[in-house]
Amino acid sequence: MRGAFAVFRRELASYFVTPVAYVFIVIFLVLAGAFTFYPGALFDRGQADLQPFFTFHPWLYLILVPALSMRLWAEERNNGTIELLLTQPLSLAAAVLGKFFAAWAFATIALALTVSIWITVAYLGEPDHGVILAGYLGSALMAGAFLAVGSCLSAANRSQVVAFILTVVVCLALLLAGLPLVLDVFRAMGLPQPAIDAIASLSFLTHFGAIGKGVLDVRDLVYFLLMIAFWLYATVLVIELKKAD
Amino acid sequence: MRGWGHGRMIEASNLSRHYGAQVAVDGVSFRVEPGQVLGFLGPNGAGKTTTMRMLAGFLTPTAGCARICGHDVVLEPQAARRMLGYLPEGAPSYGEMRVGDFLKFIADVRGLAGSRQRQRLDDVLTRLDLQGVWSQTIETLSKGFRRRVGLAQAILDDPPVLILDEPTDGLDPNQKHEVRGLIHAMRDKTVVVSTHILEEVEAVCTRAIIINDGRIVADATPQALLARSRYAGAISVRAAHPSVVRDRLLRLAGVSAIEVDDSGDRVLALPTPGVDLYTEVEAMLRAEQIEVHEISRERGRLEDVFRALTRPAPASADAASGGQGLAP
Repeated sequence: MRGAFAVFRRELASYFVTPVAYVFIVIFLVLAGAFTFYPGALFDRGQADLQPFFTFHPWLYLILVPALSMRLWAEERNNGTIELLLTQPLSLAAAVLGKFFAAWAFATIALALTVSIWITVAYLGEPDHGVILAGYLGSALMAGAFLAVGSCLSAANRSQVVAFILTVVVCLALLLAGLPLVLDVFRAMGLPQPAIDAIASLSFLTHFGAIGKGVLDVRDLVYFLLMIAFWLYATVLVIELKKAD
Repeated sequence: MRGWGHGRMIEASNLSRHYGAQVAVDGVSFRVEPGQVLGFLGPNGAGKTTTMRMLAGFLTPTAGCARICGHDVVLEPQAARRMLGYLPEGAPSYGEMRVGDFLKFIADVRGLAGSRQRQRLDDVLTRLDLQGVWSQTIETLSKGFRRRVGLAQAILDDPPVLILDEPTDGLDPNQKHEVRGLIHAMRDKTVVVSTHILEEVEAVCTRAIIINDGRIVADATPQALLARSRYAGAISVRAAHPSVVRDRLLRLAGVSAIEVDDSGDRVLALPTPGVDLYTEVEAMLRAEQIEVHEISRERGRLEDVFRALTRPAPASADAASGGQGLAP
């Protein structure tokens, strides 16, 4: 794991030596704030909670996280550094984990910077801090799941643009799987309730919504962790297959 | 030094790699003993890079196996890679990083820590003369310096085996000379260098393998390869009247062919194998009182051997020199 940690540190530092980090953080903060106050109408609701803030996170991540994950492996492959990295005495899994956790740590830093909204709400009223903390946890886990999907698709494509678009599409499908928009289609097809439930249970929104309401169900946590593990494992397989292309 | 206990530093047996139906490397076997500097030669696309990538553990062989200091590159990849410093083709590195941070990263990944890390960094920086660019971003460096950074990461861990894929490709003559000097200074290790620059093999290698279409077509010392050239032992004569010299040389028994080079003032007498023409030619020229500017014996031309071995279908011999071939 020593190697994984070295990769993690290098990767995290690399966000901050390029404009990527600053552009990402500024845009994330501006959009998160704007969505909370305008479509979310945080003040007009008259409630001291962060529901409007968290509601928009899945949609914000849908655009921003693929922009973060697209370079993870596609860039290494384009620059040829993948050959340098994977010929070090370091397991492929360690490299995949190191890179993923760096991206996740970075996304979490961006998320943590929104703490001013929490302070605002705490100043104006008496919010349930447990619910807000759960919301942050759920949001961070969801960002991790998005990043894991992005890591796999970045490994599968040499082009960062293609990786970005594919990640958006796959994440959109995973988000919408729980919406009536999708589920009603399956109901109309006459699928039995267990099948509908299975599809709904794949949805990011369903699980994120549950955590966001302050209900910390182990199943929701396990869902996100499994999702991350699955996509990271897929990343390892994809790199193994395609690294020399 | 680690790994010296093993008699064979690199061992490839029947190494093959297919890309779909295309065969890139086809049953390559060789051994490299401690202290050898092996030149890996071949035309572009012959399978040099693929072979080196398999040795470095980046590509999995389709068939066959390879061992670095006794460690199988597929079964014990970490142990094999720990014995190995590898410079991939084009010397890729993280352009946005500073030289120092990059080398520290490699040291961390390879588990070099504390005073040993400092000591190795110091050694490598001095060896490759990189102290001046320690805090410079890699992408702002010249190509020659970037190559040095690549070499620095390869030898940072002081591995007993070095694999360098085209270390001088794309450099200017001064930088090439410099990199060759650096490779020369690393003779304490077992080194495999791939190249398609033939003079490089003569300059730095103790042994050369020529690979063509994924197969080994020659494996010998550079001197032995030179001796295979049809120009080995050829007598070159520069004279005021080359046509006179040519006519006289044609009459000598040991001469198998005569070539006149493009400038027209140099005549080349190729010997029949096993014949030393020098004394005979010199005596003849003196006897005939022909005025000669220069007379010398050729060592052979690696380029000529290389082309003969790697051309798809070897055409008649005279195509190799660009001169006019004449039968005696």
